[in-house]
Amino acid sequence: MLKYILRRLLLLIPILLGVILLIMFIMDLTPGDPATLLLGINATPEAIEELNDELGFNDPLLVQYADYIIGALHGDLGTSWQTSRPVFGEIMSRFPVTLKLAVFSIIVTAIIGIPLGIISAIKKYSVLDMVCTSVAMIFTSLPRFWLGMMLILLFSVQLGWLPTNGVGTWKHYILPVFTLAAPTAAKIMRLTRTTMLETIRSDYVRTARSKGAGENRIIVHHELKNAILPVVTSLGIEFGQLLGGAILIETVFSMQGISTLMITAIRMKDTPLVTGSIVFFATMVCITMLIIDLLYTAIDPRLRTKYTKAK
Amino acid sequence: MSSIAQNDNILEIKDLHVVYETDSETVYAVNGIDLSLKAGKTLGIVGETGAGKTTTALSILRLLPQDIGKITSGSITFNGQELLTLGKSEMQKIRGASISMIFQDPMTSLNPVNTVGDQIYESLMLHNDEHKSKKELEERVDAILESVGIPKTRKKEYPHQFSGGMKQRIVIAIALACHPAVVIADEPTTALDVTIQAQVLAMMSALRDQLGMAMILITHDLGVVAETCDDVAVMYAGEIVESGTVEDIFGHVRHHPYTEGLFGSIPSLGSDAKRLKPISGLMPDPTNLPTGCSFHPRCPYATEKCREEKPEARYFGTHFVACHLITGGEPKNDE
Repeated sequence: MLKYILRRLLLLIPILLGVILLIMFIMDLTPGDPATLLLGINATPEAIEELNDELGFNDPLLVQYADYIIGALHGDLGTSWQTSRPVFGEIMSRFPVTLKLAVFSIIVTAIIGIPLGIISAIKKYSVLDMVCTSVAMIFTSLPRFWLGMMLILLFSVQLGWLPTNGVGTWKHYILPVFTLAAPTAAKIMRLTRTTMLETIRSDYVRTARSKGAGENRIIVHHELKNAILPVVTSLGIEFGQLLGGAILIETVFSMQGISTLMITAIRMKDTPLVTGSIVFFATMVCITMLIIDLLYTAIDPRLRTKYTKAK
Repeated sequence: MSSIAQNDNILEIKDLHVVYETDSETVYAVNGIDLSLKAGKTLGIVGETGAGKTTTALSILRLLPQDIGKITSGSITFNGQELLTLGKSEMQKIRGASISMIFQDPMTSLNPVNTVGDQIYESLMLHNDEHKSKKELEERVDAILESVGIPKTRKKEYPHQFSGGMKQRIVIAIALACHPAVVIADEPTTALDVTIQAQVLAMMSALRDQLGMAMILITHDLGVVAETCDDVAVMYAGEIVESGTVEDIFGHVRHHPYTEGLFGSIPSLGSDAKRLKPISGLMPDPTNLPTGCSFHPRCPYATEKCREEKPEARYFGTHFVACHLITGGEPKNDE
């Protein structure tokens, strides 16, 4: 098992090298230069040229790449061209907001999605099931930014219950978390329902019934235990995406998270900051996936034995 | 198990009708069968796939697929107690404890995410009327595992770590854990290869004798019936066409043409036959059963009467046949 974890972590190195090269290449293709954006239109061409030289922007791409990698190996992700502050510090100052958003959203998703999915599956074709599946259908189809704006209009502008933007108090998180969680919860609910329905029809559930097990025991001990496996994977993937990609929500709710940081950096052609934040995302996503895989082996004995035998 | 005398019927099925209803069609799976099982005896139910054998078995435990399978009429009594009208919780007390079932496919009938020990333990724990401690129950699990020939050290393992034959032993262990009075074995050896079949059957027979259980053995293997059963019922298209003791069915008296066909399809070591003699044709469509005798479209002796009239059951002592060609005996008496 330890060997497996180590192997997965080592795999992170080529992934990151590739990601960095790709990002720097794309940034190199975009028009404009950082010095012009930083110094404004009134700066002299000499000053712009000098600053570009100083930032390393005029070096060939591969030289920039090599410099970056060498820096990164020393734990230095470079300094932002725009603010002259270290990239890592910039990311870390923004990360808590994104992390909180992602964690709260995934918790809300699981709390709403899984139980409703179970109930829908058990009471198949009942009124409750119809309501749940229809509402889920609506939420999966709604674009998140639209949902977010509508919620702001209703709860912040009309009713004045909740703040429209910012991250000051827990109240600031209610709307963004709901906006992020609702479509995901709908997806998880539909997945849970499907996997539950599969297990309800399975032979081992019939065996459990033939032993005289009651309904509640069958649901928890036999059906859910099997049905939850794909749901966990799906939740993990969603979490990875939430860590990286709540761009629309952070923009709609003007939250100072990592996505807004990156958007600004792209606009200012701040290559070190863009690369830094994407490297950070990639690492987070890879680690999340690893944790999910480990969790999966913990709950599915079939995978567990596979890994222990492989040792 | 109980104070019932050896000759009393522990399980009785009377005029059972079961249908599977879906939006598009109604499948007439079991059409008025009568069966009785004596305490400590083994009843074999034979017939082709789709004859309604498994449906009958599931009806006894009321485990027909929910929403689709329905028992439309009839009665099933266990020790004189009507099962079809029992409430949910009373039925749960009977399942596993008094009547249990061994399923056909051991590959899918064990829960893949629970250890085999847990799955046997569950059976004991659900019917722990004597309030035994966890430790005592775990000891029982060990003993049961050993009794089906699986080392108790393997109880912490999961179903996928066992071979097919071993999984079926575990399924048997689960079914027999609470020493039920009746065990229904639904083609317990069909999914196993031949050498394992013999082992599993021998083990089942031994445990049955040791625990004094009655058994319903569903199979399409007449050899298995001859070896293990006391009584036999032959099912065709949801009806029992012939029944009797093993001697009646395997003896040289007149049989139902379907039973003859079943025997005819077994190759014999003595004869020099080049080809098997299968029964021609297929099972009738259960959504649209033929009129008269349901076997008439495939019967080599079918007459006009067979197409029009349902044959009346005739009794010859313990032997029972429903065929127009077989006359004499006594008509079915409805007590």
